[in-house]
Order: sequence, then structure tokens, then C-alpha cells
Amino acid sequence: MSRFLARRIVLGALTLLLVSIVVFAATQALPGNAATAILGRNATPERVAALTRQLHLNQSAFAQYTHWLGHIFAGNLGISAATQQPVTHYIGSRLANSAFLVLVSALVAIPLSIVLGVWMAVRRDKAADHVLSVGTLGLAALPEFVIGIALVLIFGTNLSHVLPAVSLIPPGEHAWNVPKVVILPAATLILAVTPYISRIMRASMVEVLESDYVTMARLKGLPNRKVIWRHAVPNAIVPAIQVSALQLAYMAGGVVVVEFVFSYPGIGSALVDAVGNRDVPVVQALALIIAAVYVVVNLGADVITILVTPRLRTAGR
Amino acid sequence: MSTSVLTPEPVPVPQPAPAMRQRQWTVLLRGTLRQWRARIGLTLFLAMVLIALVGPAIAPSSPTAFVTAPNASASLHGPFGGDSLGRDVWSRFLNGGRSVLGMSLAATIIGVGLGLVIGLTAAYRKGWVDEVLMRISDVFMAFPQIVLALLLVTAFGPSVGLIILIVGISHAPRVARVIRGAAQQVVERDFVKAAEAVGEPRSRIIFSELLPNVISPLMVEFGLRLTYSIGLIAALNFIGDGIQPPASDWGLMINENRLAVAFQPWGVVLPVIAIALLTIGTNLLTDGFARAVIGLERGE
Repeated sequence: MSRFLARRIVLGALTLLLVSIVVFAATQALPGNAATAILGRNATPERVAALTRQLHLNQSAFAQYTHWLGHIFAGNLGISAATQQPVTHYIGSRLANSAFLVLVSALVAIPLSIVLGVWMAVRRDKAADHVLSVGTLGLAALPEFVIGIALVLIFGTNLSHVLPAVSLIPPGEHAWNVPKVVILPAATLILAVTPYISRIMRASMVEVLESDYVTMARLKGLPNRKVIWRHAVPNAIVPAIQVSALQLAYMAGGVVVVEFVFSYPGIGSALVDAVGNRDVPVVQALALIIAAVYVVVNLGADVITILVTPRLRTAGR
Repeated sequence: MSTSVLTPEPVPVPQPAPAMRQRQWTVLLRGTLRQWRARIGLTLFLAMVLIALVGPAIAPSSPTAFVTAPNASASLHGPFGGDSLGRDVWSRFLNGGRSVLGMSLAATIIGVGLGLVIGLTAAYRKGWVDEVLMRISDVFMAFPQIVLALLLVTAFGPSVGLIILIVGISHAPRVARVIRGAAQQVVERDFVKAAEAVGEPRSRIIFSELLPNVISPLMVEFGLRLTYSIGLIAALNFIGDGIQPPASDWGLMINENRLAVAFQPWGVVLPVIAIALLTIGTNLLTDGFARAVIGLERGE
């Protein structure tokens, strides 16, 4: 198992290195003069020259890349072209806000989906199961921004002005001190991931409920509640845990549009802004951070899968 | 499988792959449409396609003409009022489906096609080819699709062609994984070995022996990727990195009109409902088809 783990970690690190090449190649090694491409056709020659120097564009592509990567390993993500602040400073508090949003969403969505999945499995083929099955299937199809806009239409307009449609957080303040602004973005993410986890939980639970040991437990005369939560759920939960980890990775991308919908001050809305401003250092940093989170969480999902599956835990490879 | 080891097998004559026959397709289609979720899905999908195709012809005014006051209410300018610049919401809505649908279909065809070729090649060639293709896929799968799209938009600027290409490419590694998995089981079957034995060229084995046997997972992938394409492309148009104003597009419309949503909601409500029904429709239909495939495999 430790060999497998080591192999996965090395592969993950290799993937991240290749990711950094893709990020660099996509944003900096453009055909023609990257500085002109970034600044636009009507940029002054002085600005083009300054940016050329700042990005080391007069060197070879490989030299530019190693230079850039070296700076990143030193914790220097460059200067934002739009705000003229160091990128680390600009991103820091936003990263915390996004992490809080994802954490809150996951803490609600995962238990909720598991309970929902169990309930659907127990009520299998009854009306409630059919309705929830098709309902979650429909919900799974909806793009996050459609869910977000729908929530704004329901809760954020004068139809019922309950919750803020725009997540305004005073500068220097953290999202967890202004909990009201987190509710709608979090609800959007929860609605986006719940269908996936609950459907997997239902499928897995249906299978377990048909197994011999559940029948045995029932024949022993154990109360239904105990059969379900003590005997069936622990055996059915593995696929749900795997999918939960994958959904956590998915949220790293999901926050981009959701934060934009609510103007939530996190890394997602920062990425959309930076793309609009062609603020290359910020785009590079955020794309790298999101990809890193994605790779690490996926790795975590694999590790969890092995830890909770005894057959794989003892397997040679 | 009880062939004796001692008696040598006669040289196998290459048989056509045991692909889906006409009758199986009919069974599959009937199995799909027997489910009410698939029927609802098909109805929703066809209704939205109809709006997208016929809409421009029946729109009362030009989608880019200024015909009323900005954010005019529905009572002032029928039937759904004016948008943030005073254009007719109803006309823009009727004209706004083509771009979403066309871009999504194109991206899906590119992505599924590319994924199919990669997946089949990886499954058939095995070894280092498989390893290299899957590692490259891993790198592209290390980005959430929208982040990959935004990264390339930063480099090349927003354009419809670029968005179609990026969304297609971002689907490819995900499709490739599924097709590779499905094809790996087929590669070991006798008719592939037989084709190899008589020296059929690689490309021929891949496309006329393997391909016909992964058609059902391929179609499920197509439906799934179409659903995701619609969501992704509508989202990119919505955040302003896809199709550019003054084009009329459902995603773009939502962003243009969302500031006035409190007093003129139609410019947001109509396109939101349209995108929702379109994605729900494709997903229900795909799920129905996938269930029919499982039913067929169980020998129903």
C-alpha cells in the first residue's frame, strides 16, 4: 500500500509540474509579442517595454519558464498588472473566503446527501423515491449559475427580500464574520453537489439492503432503525465518501461561476475579473492554485478509497 | 469456453464484429422511450430546439433594435418588456437559443470525437502508448473545465470558435477514460484476435472492430457531455468570456439584465428557464437511454 501511495504522490507531483507548463505556455509563451497581446493593440510602447522586462520576454521560452517557476517556489507570485499589488497579498484573504465557502458547503452537503440517499433507498420504488430520483437527476443537469440566479430570483429580489443577492464583505473583513452573505452562494454549491452524492448513496444502499447480512439482521428481529444505520450504512458509505471527495474537487471549479454570480470576494470571482483585465500574473497564480487543490483532493480521494476498502489495502500494488 | 489445448484451432476467418444489429437498436430505442423520464426529456429537448430554430423567424422585432425604454416593464412593452438597453426581451429570447445550442453541439462533437479516438487507441495499443495518452489526459483533467477555458481565453481573447474548441478539448480526456474502459474488454475478445491474425491494419481494427462495440457507452457520453457543454458554454457566455454583445444569447442575456431583476425580471427569467429546461431535458433523455442499455445487457 505504501508503494501505491508513493507512486500516486509522485504521479501527482509530476502532473502538477506539467500543469505549471500548461499554465505558463497558455498565458505567456504566446505567438508574437505576449506583452502586446496582454496590453492590447493601443498600448503605449513604454508600457509594452516595461511588461516585456517584467515578464522576461526577451529571453528564451525555457529560461522564462524556469525563472517564473523559481519565483513561484520562492512564494513570489508576481505583481498584479491591474491593481499593482503583490499577487500573494491580493489573493490571500480571497483564498480564505473561498475556502470557507467550500468548507461550509461541504459540511452541509455531505451529511445531507447521505441521509437523503439512505432515505431514497429505504423507500425504494415508492413515490417519494421516484420523485427524488428524477428531481436530483434534473438538479444535477443544471449549471451552477442557473441555480444561483434562481435562488436570487426567489430570495434576493423584492419578491421576498430575505437574503442579500450580492455578497458584500467590507474590506479587511473575513467572510465568516458576515455569515449572511455566505448563505446563498453556499446554498448554490450545496444544491449543485447534493444530487451526485445522494444518488450514489442510494444506489450503494439499495445493493446493501438486498444482501444476506441485512436479511439476517432483520430475521434476528433487530429494530429497523438499527438495521439501517448500524448494519447497512457503514457498508454502503464507501462510494459516497469517494464521490464526496470528488465533489470537493469539483467545487474548486464550481466556485468560479458561483462567486461571480454573487460577487463573493473569493478566488473564483478574482479569476473572472483577472481574465477580463487580462491580468496575467493573477490568472497564472489562481489557475495554479485551483489545479493544485484539484490534484491534491483527487489524490486524497484515492487514498481514502484505499483506506476504506480492505481488499485494496492489502493488495500488492 | 472449453476448447481443448491440444487440438490446434483452425485458422480463424475474420468475422464482422458482433456489433449492434438493426433489431437491437429498435429494442434500445423502445426501451428508452418506454420510460416516462425519457419521454419528458425528449419533449423538453425538442421544445427548446424548436424555439432555437424557429424563434428567429417568429420574433416580432430585431434582437438588436432599440424599440422601447431601458428596462421597460411588460405592461409598457408587450409581451415581456424591454431589456437593459431598451431592446425587445421576447425577440432577444427567441433569437438567443441558436448560439447556445449550436456552440454546445459543435463542442460536444469535437470532444466526444477526440475522446473516442484517444480512448480506442489507448485501449488497443496498451503499453507505453496507453500510459502516455492517459498521463496527458491527467494533466488536462487537473483543471476544472471552466478554469482551463478561462486560462485560454486570457491568452487568445474571447471568441466563439475558441470557446467551442476549448470546451471540446476539455471533454476529450474524460470521454477517453470511459471509452478506454469499455474498449479494454472488447480488445481481448476473439474477433479482435482473429482480425489481428489475418493482419488487418491497426486503424481498421480500431474503427471497424472496436468502434461498433462501444457505441452505447459512446452515446451515453454524448448525451452527458452535451448536457455539460450547454452548462459550460452558457456559463462562459454569462460571465462575458464567450459570445460578445450585441449578440443575443441566453447566457449573455442573463448577465445583461440581472441588475434590473427586481423590477424587470423577464430578461433573466426567460433565458434561465430555457437553459434549465434544455439541460434537464438532455440529462433525463440520456439517463433513460443509459437505463435502456443496462436493461438490454441484462438480457431483458
